[in-house]
Amino acid sequence: MLKVLFFASVREQLGCSSLELLWPTAGADLNGLQEQLCAERGAAWRAVLAQDNMIRAVNQVVVAGNCVLHDGDEVAFFPPVTGG
Amino acid sequence: MATLSVSVQETDFDVSTLQSSLLGGLHEEGALASFTGYVRRANDQRQVTTLELEHYPGMTQSSIRQIMEQAAQRWPLLAATVVHRVGKLSPGDQIVWVGAASAHREAAFSACEFIMDYLKTRAPFWKKELSPDGEHWVAARQHDNNRAARWQEDNAP
Repeated sequence: MLKVLFFASVREQLGCSSLELLWPTAGADLNGLQEQLCAERGAAWRAVLAQDNMIRAVNQVVVAGNCVLHDGDEVAFFPPVTGG
Repeated sequence: MATLSVSVQETDFDVSTLQSSLLGGLHEEGALASFTGYVRRANDQRQVTTLELEHYPGMTQSSIRQIMEQAAQRWPLLAATVVHRVGKLSPGDQIVWVGAASAHREAAFSACEFIMDYLKTRAPFWKKELSPDGEHWVAARQHDNNRAARWQEDNAP
């Protein structure tokens, strides 16, 4: 099982804060997971997740580029941070 | 080994209490530099009535702690504290407090600024401003990225 989380404007644009995907039907890597979400959920999701400044984190650590996913991983999609 | 403390909370904080606890138990302190951030009353000419702060609970504390550990490796810190509020805030409310204690002022000033610059660009918080015209997410500023990036240069302050 993969847990996928969405935050802030991304959460609002998708109308979804979290979902769980069965492993190993989920993509084998982060790009694969994103492609699977877009394929399953349609053009609106594809447009949101493809935004230039999208940040992706795996197990609470920001990932630059792609990475392999494992059963039990927590993946998050969010916009650039604006705290402080 | 510096004593590092992080709190992410909905409730307000008292700066003098935070300063006392930060210094508590230290023996070699000669300097404490701190920064307090407040909710703006207006931003980009929009009046702000409420600020909502969202965060990624599983990641917030660990990412802040990591930033503080980097600061402690870089400067001879004795102790540091970060308190960041989440939830609904009003204009003029305190949002964030960073305190850094060291034997001398240079390390305290630099570490405090470093932690704040990195917190603004790395810690997973998002601000949404509510104004009479509606609500919108605050956009990340290139200026903040530039400030954080200068710590990576060889000639960093």
